[in-house]
Amino acid sequence: MDDVLFLSRIQFALTIMFHYLFPPLTIGLGVILVYLDGMWWRTGEEVYEQAARFWTRVFALNFAIGVASGIVMEFEFGTNWATYSRFVGDVFGSALAAEGIFAFFLESGFLAVLVFGWNRVSRGFHFFATCMVALGSFFSSIWIVIANSWQQTPAGHHIVPMLRDGEPWIVEGEVMRRAEITNFWEMVFNPSSIERLVHVWLGCLILGSFFVLSVSAYYLLKKRHTEFAQRSFKGALILATLSSLAVLVSGHSQANNVYRTQPAKLAAFEGHYRTGPGNAALFGIPDDEREELRYAVEVPGLLSFLLFGDPEQEVVGLDRFRPEDRPATAIPFASYHLMVGCGTFLIGLSLLGCFLLWRGTLYERRWVLWLFVVGVIPALIANHSGWVAAETGRQPWIVHPPIPRDAGGELLLGPEGKVRYAEEEALRTSEGVSKAIAADQVLGSLILFGLVYLLLFAVWIYVLNEKIQHGPEPLESEREGGTSVGGAEEGFLAAAGDRASPGGGALAGARDVDSDADPEEPAGEEPAGEVPAGEEPAGEGPASESEERTGGQG
Amino acid sequence: MDSLLPAIWFGVLGVLLVGYAILDGFDFGVGILHLFVARTDHERRVTINSIGPLWDGNEVWLVTFGGALFAAFPTGYAALFSGFYTAFTLLLFALIFRAVSIEFRSKQASRAWRAAWDFGFAGSSTLAAFLFGVAVGNAMQGVPLDAAGRYAGRLTQQLNGFALLVGALSVSLFALHGGLFLLLRTRGLLRARIRRLVPYLLGGFVVLFVLTSAITVARLPHATANLKAYPVLWLVPALNVLALFNIPRALHLERPGYAFFSSACLVAGLVFLLGVAHFPNLIVASDPANSLTVYNAASSTGTLRLMLWIAGIGMPLVLSYTALVYWTFRGQVELDETSY
Repeated sequence: MDDVLFLSRIQFALTIMFHYLFPPLTIGLGVILVYLDGMWWRTGEEVYEQAARFWTRVFALNFAIGVASGIVMEFEFGTNWATYSRFVGDVFGSALAAEGIFAFFLESGFLAVLVFGWNRVSRGFHFFATCMVALGSFFSSIWIVIANSWQQTPAGHHIVPMLRDGEPWIVEGEVMRRAEITNFWEMVFNPSSIERLVHVWLGCLILGSFFVLSVSAYYLLKKRHTEFAQRSFKGALILATLSSLAVLVSGHSQANNVYRTQPAKLAAFEGHYRTGPGNAALFGIPDDEREELRYAVEVPGLLSFLLFGDPEQEVVGLDRFRPEDRPATAIPFASYHLMVGCGTFLIGLSLLGCFLLWRGTLYERRWVLWLFVVGVIPALIANHSGWVAAETGRQPWIVHPPIPRDAGGELLLGPEGKVRYAEEEALRTSEGVSKAIAADQVLGSLILFGLVYLLLFAVWIYVLNEKIQHGPEPLESEREGGTSVGGAEEGFLAAAGDRASPGGGALAGARDVDSDADPEEPAGEEPAGEVPAGEEPAGEGPASESEERTGGQG
Repeated sequence: MDSLLPAIWFGVLGVLLVGYAILDGFDFGVGILHLFVARTDHERRVTINSIGPLWDGNEVWLVTFGGALFAAFPTGYAALFSGFYTAFTLLLFALIFRAVSIEFRSKQASRAWRAAWDFGFAGSSTLAAFLFGVAVGNAMQGVPLDAAGRYAGRLTQQLNGFALLVGALSVSLFALHGGLFLLLRTRGLLRARIRRLVPYLLGGFVVLFVLTSAITVARLPHATANLKAYPVLWLVPALNVLALFNIPRALHLERPGYAFFSSACLVAGLVFLLGVAHFPNLIVASDPANSLTVYNAASSTGTLRLMLWIAGIGMPLVLSYTALVYWTFRGQVELDETSY
């Protein structure tokens, strides 16, 4: 059974972490797409269409893999965590079902219009579809974060025996119990959901904007699609700076919330073993056996100061909890610090970018641009390690027990000076696992998912690289050999529609003639085969998408 | 009203399953037929793009079915997915692989690349359709649930003769359904080839359908108990047969839309028949005392009522944008720069 538990935990970690590469990217990019498509709808300017089409292609790729890897998540609770499913289905299942009905249908339905509808629907309807996809991805994050927050800080429910034919259902001498909703809105607005949701959203915006920054910086370094890249870069930099500064505030309030609702988790984050004034460690190796943080480099009193505004104030440590009620400290400590470190780096990088942009020297500093190219990796790591810290810090509980407090809010301690959780109000992870499955089955599925995700990952990187190497379609004006027009001072996110497009009408006319004259093209389609020589260096990268589209091999 | 809630939720799940089977059913069918009917690269792109904008939304019906089952009947959800662990793992594998194949097939011009993903698309579609059938076959036979509502199933037991037969039935049903869908979405040589194949698909389905029905009636008394108790329910299989016979009639009249509608009714009717035969059981146990029913596996009344609100608000929205998307992408496939 231990093997089943261990393998199931590994499998859940693998599948959820792989899946979570994609949702934050699509949520963040979704916001950017709404802006671009909206500007295209309002102004009809080609630059916005160009940008919207390019980022939509990238978005669609991420979305597709997000969906494919997400189906597993919906069923894994049942396959590997059957006891948990029975225990929480009444509460957790509702949030999941609401996610399906309100979010997934909205996203996937309108995604079709967003991706395949360019030539079939009007600009206005296309914009509407973009908004619906973005809204759907936000709904989805709302419901799943609510469901997860309920596991961390349960509310709006009670634990009751399950009934069979009106009698308590007893199996092997044990009464089967489960959580049932008593107040839906209390469940939805449980003590941590809003704070966690805001934090997750900011994480998504950071990842989305650093993704755009990475691709744009790459183009700037390679001197390709320069105008497109500068506009994208500036807009994304504004979003990145705002959201990474905001996440600092959100992270602070979240840490306070964790201390109130899950004090053992915060103690594990900080490697704070002994109750007393809390230091904040910059580095350390937590040692659970000796109950100390080894090789610690600490700022004395900082933790107390951050929590209470007073460096002397006592912070509850792991010693207030029985050993079997504590999370193992190593992973939460390391991943929490990794998240904070990456976040700090991203704040510094985006502020540096803003400063250099203001000085007007950003695009000459190649090393800064290179930092932005790789900056998407710490953005991803920050998102992932934050979740790893949140989930491993919740252990040993799969549904966290309530924190016993007196009327004044002080922790209630048992006779041995340790917190006595109401065990019957909670569920341990070790109890939540399926009893009907064997270790060899889980090992088999773990290998299978591991292989298919490896394949998926390889193909994702490969195709993503293709799309980035191919870049945005050239503007009509560029195709005609016309000079590219002004606007370089405005980022596409910040810019209003002030971009002049001389001769736009005439060019639109020329385009029709073009496609009629091209025998290779399916009737009425964009003449994608004609890429100006200067746009894509000869011999650069494999077959461009435009070639495949026209059925490259006949 | 409250005492009816579990039964209502059984119905809602039935609707979600019918939606899924009809919609992803033709997706699977297109995949099953992909290698047989589409020969050139252009034709293969046409068959894939016939479901291009639709398959993703269709799969959401399964995800929502899973979520609704989790919420309404947690004990059933837990027993089903842990009991059919390996089968569901393979199914998820097939669904992922299928999505990836669709997504990546046309990203490279290389012949080997495309051929590999073509096989991936066809193979995973067939595997998925087959595994759904196997699951239904096992559900019809009943499984050895213990007193705690647990079932420690192994794939080797689940791949028994009857389940394999239902698996084959499922593949042939979706192949037929997908073939009729393709008649609406293709033209020229490709369409003519599909048109010639359809009678064989129909014949194959009839043979398997008759065989499965005969074995069910003869060997699985509990599967027909409801029909015996309430003879009026025989109307359901009768309507199935009617929908089935309507397919060749509609094809003879050269009305492929009507034929596709009939096969959709056939799919819906078969799911409906499964529901009618099972009710009130969710999972039939070898020992009837351990069976999970809509009553003993249901969530609390409050949650079922709340969820009904959610479904009541959500489902009309879902149906309206599903309709909107299908309307936007109606008619024959036109490949353009956004196609797969």
